[in-house]
Amino acid sequence: MSTEKKNNDPAEPGGALKEAESRLHYAVRELSQSSWVITLLSVVVALVVGALLILATNPQVQSTMGYFFAQPGDFFLTSFEVIRDAYSALFRGAVYDWQAATPERSIRPITETLVNAVPLILAGLGIAIGFRSGMLNIGGQGQIILGATCAAFIGYAYQLPLGAHLLLALVGGALGGAIWGGIAGVLKAKTGANEVIVTIMLNNIALYLLAWLLRQQWFVQTGSNQPISAPVEDSARLFGLLGGGFRLHAGILLAIAATVFVWWLLERSTLGFEFRAIGENPEAARTAGVNVPKATALVLIIGGGLCGLGGAAHLLGTEYRLGAGIAGTLGFDAITVALLGRSKPLGTFLAGVLFGGLRAGGVLMQAQTGTPIDIVLVLQSVIVLLIAAPPLVRAIFFLPNPDGKPRSTGRRRLRNQQAAEAAEQPTPTQEVSK
Amino acid sequence: MKLQLKGVTKRFGTFTANDRIDLTVQPGEIHALLGENGAGKSTLMNTIYGLYSPEEGEILLDDKRVTFNGPGDAVEAGIGMVHQHFMLIPVFSVTESVMLGYEPTKTAGIIDFAEARRRVQEISARFGFDVDPDAMIEDLPVGAQQRVEIIKALSRDARVLILDEPTAVLTPQETDELIAIMRQLKESGTSIVFITHKLREVRAIADKITVIRRGKIVGEALPDSTETELASLMVGREVNLTTQKDPAEPGDVGFSVQDLTVVSRAGKVVLDNVSLDIARGEILCVAGVDGNGQTELAEAILGLREAVDGTITLDGTNLRRMSVKDRLNAGIGFVPEDRSTDGVIPAFSITENFVLDQYDQQPYSNGVAMKPSVMREAAVEQTSRFDVRLGTVDDPISTLSGGNQQKVVLAREMSRDIRFFLASQPTRGLDVGSIEFVHRTIIEERDKGTPCLIVSTELDEVSNLADRIAVMYRGVVVGIVPGDTDRDVLGLMMAGVPVEEAYAQAKDHHTILGGADEGAQA
Repeated sequence: MSTEKKNNDPAEPGGALKEAESRLHYAVRELSQSSWVITLLSVVVALVVGALLILATNPQVQSTMGYFFAQPGDFFLTSFEVIRDAYSALFRGAVYDWQAATPERSIRPITETLVNAVPLILAGLGIAIGFRSGMLNIGGQGQIILGATCAAFIGYAYQLPLGAHLLLALVGGALGGAIWGGIAGVLKAKTGANEVIVTIMLNNIALYLLAWLLRQQWFVQTGSNQPISAPVEDSARLFGLLGGGFRLHAGILLAIAATVFVWWLLERSTLGFEFRAIGENPEAARTAGVNVPKATALVLIIGGGLCGLGGAAHLLGTEYRLGAGIAGTLGFDAITVALLGRSKPLGTFLAGVLFGGLRAGGVLMQAQTGTPIDIVLVLQSVIVLLIAAPPLVRAIFFLPNPDGKPRSTGRRRLRNQQAAEAAEQPTPTQEVSK
Repeated sequence: MKLQLKGVTKRFGTFTANDRIDLTVQPGEIHALLGENGAGKSTLMNTIYGLYSPEEGEILLDDKRVTFNGPGDAVEAGIGMVHQHFMLIPVFSVTESVMLGYEPTKTAGIIDFAEARRRVQEISARFGFDVDPDAMIEDLPVGAQQRVEIIKALSRDARVLILDEPTAVLTPQETDELIAIMRQLKESGTSIVFITHKLREVRAIADKITVIRRGKIVGEALPDSTETELASLMVGREVNLTTQKDPAEPGDVGFSVQDLTVVSRAGKVVLDNVSLDIARGEILCVAGVDGNGQTELAEAILGLREAVDGTITLDGTNLRRMSVKDRLNAGIGFVPEDRSTDGVIPAFSITENFVLDQYDQQPYSNGVAMKPSVMREAAVEQTSRFDVRLGTVDDPISTLSGGNQQKVVLAREMSRDIRFFLASQPTRGLDVGSIEFVHRTIIEERDKGTPCLIVSTELDEVSNLADRIAVMYRGVVVGIVPGDTDRDVLGLMMAGVPVEEAYAQAKDHHTILGGADEGAQA
């Protein structure tokens, strides 16, 4: 029995030193397993890739390349300066501008970042709920369009008291998105239609529906032929939080509230338990009495509602007028945000802020250093690409593969415990023969 | 051919699946490898078959050292393997299946069907296999499919044949035929390695028994060892193979199914007018070969599958039109057949799995919000009562062994007030210790006066638990017989023979395993 114990207990020989060493090994392994580390490293890699692209396209750097072998120092110095300038401009445009003339102007970037983040966070949360429930809602774009459209129409077509008008516009926007998501949800629940295909099709329908509406005079109510609507009434606008020169509006409070709500929904509510259960294992959920079709439909209704709310907040807080390009690429960026945030509420919030910041900073970067804002798109894309391929990131940074056994603490605990059990058991007869 | 392993060690990371295994299989020997699930039997066989390469040790065939880079090399060297789950393509004919991968060709690479067909016929004639070379695999019964696998191995000149749990899918009578084939192969000099965890078979068939536990060989035994000796060697401690239970004290009928009919999506009648009455305080076991409607019966009772006709009555209420949730709330406790897909959500914590079908019920929630602290407390209490070996209840349930996962499922179903207990294959894939525990728990539930319906394809389990046995064949209940009915009778009924006839036939013809039974309790 003693031999058996030795073989099963990983911490037996070698004593404390070895144990400490294996603990450290473990910590590293656990850390690399943690998706946050991967996420962070992906951002780092993306910045490096971005830097290389900046160098490749920068005319100054190109000219130093011409005499690289004569004076390599020039090349390296110029490269360093170009990257430093570009990224510091990106940072100053997104967080804090220490070169600004007034203190107000220097904190303005961070508020711009938050303004950009509001619709990304709200829609990202809507997409994240789908991911957690095993559904790929690609229809954020359409749901945002519907949300913005409903909110806008309520905002300029009606005259309502302060408070009530805004509330109704927001609710209307959420409902618009919920209906658009609900179409896909109900179709999936009733007929098993693939939600990816249905939501993609609904994106196109929403786009052309909006284009058609913008040509209808009863809808735009502007009296002109321009495909753009009247501005929403002041009473329906999301009020500014800092006044004066800042665009930051109450939408950010809405985004924070939505983040808390989604956390509560997924982690604490019975409905969220159903959502997560059908996401992880629909068969077991069905066996446990969950009404899977109903939950499926609700996931897309609530997710669509959040996307719609994102569209509404974007319109009522920033744009005020409905145009054909109201959603921009928000719906697709929201998918990226949800991915980057690992479909967790807080993660999605932070990812939304990061993307909002990249967008805000990209503008200053382009204006001050001539670096094309498209670099921001590259950064975003590389981040997502790497997050989707954790082994690649691990390979770049020489991190150990968490799939190598032993896999997790739980497994190890189990084996320790089995060894302990074995030690307790009576010794078996080693030979039985008659 | 003589197969010899010397110090074969296979590790996965730091986990040693096979630890210095020494094993010798003489030519013409039937060598049984006995061990529990997860003991390392399959790893060892896959190593021999070239699917894994060992870290240490060597494999010798007829005293010559061999190394395999894949199953192809092993087949070349004369090793054949019949997997537990057959590697056959349903829409292929027998001939096509046998030649797949080793097609005889004529000039210009054209497949020589005639030659392939001739080879199949030749082998099946030599061993009296009775397999039609042109039959489609999907039309063959399981026993015949297994024979096709054996022909496949033999057609590649296998002189060492590895059979991985070959009897798991067979009726006792089909098992008999397999044993006859194995003996014939042995006569012709083929060595057979036979993997199993069933003690009864080992004693009936093997010439030599090697017992493996936690990756190591713990002993060798001869077939005349008693089952209890073999079991304690396999498990590493004294075990009770039969669970102590008092005679049932059946009350009035608590649960009843009348004329239940279920039609599959393809339009086939999978459950045909099934009627069962289960008294309070009684265990009714449903026996039968896998795939004869037992799964559908359990699913129809819980409401996962719609019944086209009949009634399902619990305490006088007809459940047939209710949702799954309403049926669970009416008091059905359900342990599903396939734990990992239907019973638990692997990524969820033990606590979440513990409340999986009561998440919106008192006291775990108020209907809208869940109460994590109440859930956790109950999970801690009940998992310790059911002796679940775990780290903390916040770990994902996938970190537990199969036996412990099943205990969590049982704890979940039995810790609430149930009026009827339904379990499908409650011990599938579990180790002997956990099987004992599960059986004891089910009998305790019976003694509390709960009607119990247990679906099982393992005859050992059925005989161990049942107060009455209903045998199913092709969606029909062939008959309901007392719990201590002879295994041979059950075996015949499992093949569709009506009750009286089964009794008559069993009297005249004892199966090998049935015969082995007599000496088993010595």
